[in-house]
Amino acid sequence: MPERVTSLERPADQFNEEMLIRRVRDGEHELFYDLIRPYERRVYAAALAILRNEADAEDVAQEAVLKAFKHIRQFRAESRFSTWLIQITVNEARMRRRKAHANIMEPIADRQDEEGNYTPRDFADWREIPSEERNEVRQRLAEALAELGQIYREVFVLRDMQHLSIEETAKALGISTASVKTRLLRARLMLRDLLAPGLGGAWSMTGK
Amino acid sequence: MVVSCEEVWREISNYLDGEVEPTLRVAIQEHIRGCKRCTAVLDGTRNVLQLYGDERMLEVPLGFSQRLHQRLGENMPGNRRSFLGWMVAAAAACLVVGSFEVARSSAFRGPQLRSEHAQPGTGVPPDMMVVVSEGGKLFHAAGCPFIHKKTKLRMITAAEASRQGYSPCVRCMKKYLVATAS
Repeated sequence: MPERVTSLERPADQFNEEMLIRRVRDGEHELFYDLIRPYERRVYAAALAILRNEADAEDVAQEAVLKAFKHIRQFRAESRFSTWLIQITVNEARMRRRKAHANIMEPIADRQDEEGNYTPRDFADWREIPSEERNEVRQRLAEALAELGQIYREVFVLRDMQHLSIEETAKALGISTASVKTRLLRARLMLRDLLAPGLGGAWSMTGK
Repeated sequence: MVVSCEEVWREISNYLDGEVEPTLRVAIQEHIRGCKRCTAVLDGTRNVLQLYGDERMLEVPLGFSQRLHQRLGENMPGNRRSFLGWMVAAAAACLVVGSFEVARSSAFRGPQLRSEHAQPGTGVPPDMMVVVSEGGKLFHAAGCPFIHKKTKLRMITAAEASRQGYSPCVRCMKKYLVATAS
């Protein structure tokens, strides 16, 4: 069965969502639960990736959703609701982080010249991802992500975890698309180095 | 055109996003084919994207949805009708979501195409990372507005997506398909 489209411009999904938003604005507040339900996990994930702390992440996720509800009338249909929601989440997370970590030093990665090229450190063969317990994998990925400098982590979370486009990522973070690409390259290569087996990183090679 | 390892590392991110122009892409492909180091970098970076890009990895604390909806409820203008509604939703959200595999994506459906109107994506760069959803029929570039938002997304290579029976989205993959239109 092919995907249905309600018009040449918009998929059925988006059309239904626009209806939902309109109705929430017009006073059917309960529909907001339906509106945000598909995004709850992503909002939490974005907050967690930036704050690296579950309690804070849940707080911020709630704050972000609440904010979205309170400001629903300010949402403009030109952007996607999901992008707007994640943008709010990123801002809330950053504000929380600024308050809590005013004096903590940023990891070295942030202090490097952003324009400099990043040289991968490890060249071990890594054709297969080793299979492990779900929680262990998640834990290691979270640890590696936490080691990135803030500016790299934010770009990576939006682009490679939330699957935003380059343009949407740039818009959500208030930076240029060129910066998104530069930071993304660095984030991806650094994570690879952090997780690569050859350097005794997060995984040991299974059977090799 | 010949490229050095340094140039490959500089472009590897764009390469995986299908954002390098064709001449450079071919040059990079050729280089990688004969270079162990760059093969390792490509494989590793691709694995990173597959792992982090898999939404089945996203997990919320037990009761998260419940607490969120409760908080919302406290801030809704004088409205308690939704109590039953959010309890049902919260119960659903707390269910464990399927099994998770890291090494292989689940439910390999074989090579038959999922969409009646499928076009084999011969013009799509095979190494490009694309987004697919469970139950969906198409693969997309990240950020394509036609991605089914409501199901779980993951990132795999375009080649793997084709192997699993996904077809290229004619909108976000347009620039690759046009090149091979007969």
